[in-house]
Amino acid sequence: MRAHEIYPNGGPRIGVYVCHCGLNIAGKVDVHEVVEFAKTLPFVVVAREYKFMCSDPGQEMIREDIREHRLNRVIVASCSPLLHEATFRRVLEQAGQNPFFFQMVNIREHVSWVTEDPREATEKAKALVAAAVRRVIFHEPLQRRRVPVKDHVLVVGGGIAGIHAALTLADAGKHVYLVEREPTIGGHMAMFDKTFPTLDCAACILTPKMSAVAAHPNITLWTYSEVIQVEGFVGNFRVRVRRKPRYVIEELCVGCLQCIDACVYKDARFPDEFNLGLGKRKPIYIPFPQATPRVVLIDPETCIWFKTGKCKRTCLEACERKAIDFEQQERIEEIEVGAIILATGFKTFDARRIPEYGYGKYPNVYTALEVERLVNAAGPTGGEVRLRDGRVPKRVGIIHCVGSRDERFNRYCSRVCCMYSLKLAHLIKERTGAEVYNFYIDMRTPGKGYEEFYDRLLQEGVHFIRGRVAEVTDWAITPEEEGKLIIRVEDTLIGVVRRIPVDMVVLAVGLEPQPDAEEVRRMFNISCSKEGFFLERHPKLAPVSTFTDGIFLAGACQGPKDIPDSVAQAGAAAAEALALIDKGYVELEPNTAYIVEELCSGCKTCISLCPYNAISFDEVRAIAVINEALCKGCGTCVAACPSGAARQHLFEDAQIFQEIEGVLAYV
Amino acid sequence: MSERPMEGERSFEPRIVAFFCNWCTYTAADLAGTARMTYAPNIRIIRLMCSGRLDPQFVLAAFRHGADGVLIGGCHPGDCHYQEGNYKALRRYLLLKRLLREMGIEEERLRLEWISASEGDRVQKVANEFTETIRRLGPLRLAPRPGVIRLPVAALPEPSPAAREGALP
Amino acid sequence: MSYLYFPGCSLKGTGRAYEESLLAVFRALGIPLTELADWNCCGATAYMSIDEHQAFALAARNLALAESQGSPADGAVQLIAPCSACYLVLLKAQQCLAADIALCQEITIALKEEGHCYRGRVRIRHPLDVLVHDVGLSEIARHVRQPLRGLKIACYYGCQIVRPFALFDRPHDPSTMDDLVRILGAEPVSWPLKTHCCGGSLTGTIPEVGWRLNYLLLREAQRRGAHLIVTVCPLCQFNLEAYQDQIRQRYPDLAPMPVLYFTQLIGMAMGLPPRELGLQRLLIPVDGLMAALSKEGAHARA
Repeated sequence: MRAHEIYPNGGPRIGVYVCHCGLNIAGKVDVHEVVEFAKTLPFVVVAREYKFMCSDPGQEMIREDIREHRLNRVIVASCSPLLHEATFRRVLEQAGQNPFFFQMVNIREHVSWVTEDPREATEKAKALVAAAVRRVIFHEPLQRRRVPVKDHVLVVGGGIAGIHAALTLADAGKHVYLVEREPTIGGHMAMFDKTFPTLDCAACILTPKMSAVAAHPNITLWTYSEVIQVEGFVGNFRVRVRRKPRYVIEELCVGCLQCIDACVYKDARFPDEFNLGLGKRKPIYIPFPQATPRVVLIDPETCIWFKTGKCKRTCLEACERKAIDFEQQERIEEIEVGAIILATGFKTFDARRIPEYGYGKYPNVYTALEVERLVNAAGPTGGEVRLRDGRVPKRVGIIHCVGSRDERFNRYCSRVCCMYSLKLAHLIKERTGAEVYNFYIDMRTPGKGYEEFYDRLLQEGVHFIRGRVAEVTDWAITPEEEGKLIIRVEDTLIGVVRRIPVDMVVLAVGLEPQPDAEEVRRMFNISCSKEGFFLERHPKLAPVSTFTDGIFLAGACQGPKDIPDSVAQAGAAAAEALALIDKGYVELEPNTAYIVEELCSGCKTCISLCPYNAISFDEVRAIAVINEALCKGCGTCVAACPSGAARQHLFEDAQIFQEIEGVLAYV
Repeated sequence: MSERPMEGERSFEPRIVAFFCNWCTYTAADLAGTARMTYAPNIRIIRLMCSGRLDPQFVLAAFRHGADGVLIGGCHPGDCHYQEGNYKALRRYLLLKRLLREMGIEEERLRLEWISASEGDRVQKVANEFTETIRRLGPLRLAPRPGVIRLPVAALPEPSPAAREGALP
Repeated sequence: MSYLYFPGCSLKGTGRAYEESLLAVFRALGIPLTELADWNCCGATAYMSIDEHQAFALAARNLALAESQGSPADGAVQLIAPCSACYLVLLKAQQCLAADIALCQEITIALKEEGHCYRGRVRIRHPLDVLVHDVGLSEIARHVRQPLRGLKIACYYGCQIVRPFALFDRPHDPSTMDDLVRILGAEPVSWPLKTHCCGGSLTGTIPEVGWRLNYLLLREAQRRGAHLIVTVCPLCQFNLEAYQDQIRQRYPDLAPMPVLYFTQLIGMAMGLPPRELGLQRLLIPVDGLMAALSKEGAHARA
């Protein structure tokens, strides 16, 4: 078959469209010159510029040209294809063209925004347009593959974000697997007493949602469980979940807690994780009264039976439902889901990393999270703010930005610390009448009702000292300082170094990625941003998507966030997941590899290279065969084929060679 | 359509072709743009889905057609979107270096970098560094390069099997 | 491992006791210490403030000498600089030369005039680092003959050995000397002023301010129950020890507080003769204290 048979209209007819993107491109690149240059290139029938090519009139202009000039190839030189490739392919489709007769040229992210000199930027833009013209000539019509989508969704992480996403999807009639690593859902929010700025009781708004999760017919809740393997792709993920043994049969336990009373340890004597070690628990325990599911568990590290094999095991007798099972083994569950929402949350900054603040050295230095437990009515002190020696503090200092906005640790602002410090200041003052001092760099209170809350605290007589604290010390100089902790700080508003003696120091620790965020990222094949939080596909246009289709983000795993933002994002992630699975199918990029049978020599080089086992060997014909459904389109086999029999749609050798020549022909 | 400066001319602007994988390095280059990190304009980026798609012939073709340097960008080890394409790229890269050496091309003209999607600053740094390296090495003197498109219609590609089976535009 | 030793001016002057005790301790531990031949001013103090390049050239000459005289171990010649100021300036020069090519070229040319060459193959060490990390606490413990039981000590690190280059200890809360003191049988007191200012050259320029800074350190050590202060720096030692009379006139609550070099303390625990450790040079003697201790020790043993 010859060229004129494929192109009955007499060969490629190319339209080139160069976008100004306001001044984003036109401010640097001489767009007019690029257009005039494009007109000189072979097969270019029409070349135009426009202020915003992605806008309706811009798209309409292209559609119009396709019809009028019988264009069969389109090039848009504008932003990154990762942003608008889909938009312009749709334009071709709407005009009756195959969408893959399209090539996008990135002259914004890769040219105008990164080049200083306008001349050089224009030349670079021209070179890239020239390359695209040469490439697009060799484009071929392709069909997208349609793949059915599994109807279920996996939500990883049972904090407020995971809970909200799971409930939203379950209410929409989708089945949700909610996997939580701790024995209960609730996350950090369950540890708080009040929430800013409304001072809502955290438990009052969270626990109804927790029990709704437990009761929802569409939610399978697996706590004390971790995802260990993820395979497959958008719409068709295969996930393995490890369910750790809690030595209590979840289906039988009714949460009567009689086993805890019956434990041979008469007193709770082991540090209680949920209260950050401020309280005590027994080896058989429930993290907190509203824990969901309301099922006890046994900690084999502290249980005498597990440690010595000798115990009366009074808990066994106490359980009427015979729910305790010392022989329980871990279980691996396998599920298939269409979409995944990651809501794995954050960890707080380890205050020990700043030794000059004395955490771990002076007992009266606390982290904010510990104080959250102290002010919590269900906490270890029943909501009374007391120091470790039982005294009620008369003066309290709250140090902001601990581990945040600090070049040594994290440069970013953790976003929630100013507000939670204000909340704690209010609660401490309310409960103890203490003088409360806040040491801040800048007060950051953007948000509905936040600034007003700050104002309220100022009215309440809480002190605010602007300056980064140098150190917390027990070095007393004056008699008033004796027996107190002294906060040394430069008050930058009056330009004086001050020493503020206090009884209690609260460190407003920042938010950091989970310690295993890196492993989780790898398992789910997504990216992390520099500071280690999961990376969204686009900060503005795709804030809950990732670069891996079908995997979405919610909450603080994507970056520090407060509760309203986490919930909003969880709702968005649920909506994105719903949009994906509700359609029933996904269309995949047709960038798969294929074998030109007559060229294949049957050397089998490609077979071992494929990470997805998509290539098999046809013994009869002695050629390699690619299973298109399994191929993900990396092109590794294509690059390795010695006879050029393996090829890749959308990334054909011929296309790339033309691109190489194109970028080099014009400088 | 400015021609490359001839030997002896004062300013030498290196021509560099960069092959970036879609998931990490290309995205990082986008990030460098979003963050307005300016770098040498000599880098021309060609997108591949994976650094594993990099056929060694691409590198040789780039040199043949006038590139003074070739940069390959892929995901960090263990981070490949396709599990291990970047390891294949590394193997080919090491082999190519030996090949280039035997061809009398300085092996510094080929560089492989692992740049993750969040490392926009690294794209900037590598682009500038590599441009300087090539500037120092000077132009790669191979056969004369083409300056215009030579593309008779007769040279159009053979249709793909898909097109043959009637999936016409 | 063998070490070169750069005394600097202080250890030949006001800090003679530091040199005597350092050499005695290393001798007793069997570690060879060779004084750098033909050394010159490290480049600290006025030079660094007035003309950095002069200071770098001076420092680089010492480094170049070390390279030519020492035998490298792990790819670098080990050069011990006991004085904190020398230690800091040599390190600073080394880092600046490595980071600034133009400066490095300039200094190379300057050194060449005298036929020297510096290639960056010197590792500058503080004796505290060497004793704790190279020799090791257990080896030192093996040499302890008279454990300093009952002695409470404030360990004073000063500013220069941990900041800005925290190469062997934490910058804000260093602990190597505390560990060392514990090995010697004494008890380090919890003292938050380990790296606070000793007054530096203020005692010479604005004495009122300098003495107040000295006083704050001395009084806090006294309040924490320390019998004496040990330090690693000749200037700190001098500031804290020499002005106690003047300070007491202003702040009468201050009792005499001996200030020793850490090497003197090690020597005492090893049972080395006091004269070898330069103990006779102390302005506030420790004889009485030691006698009381040994009596107490004998009492305890009985």
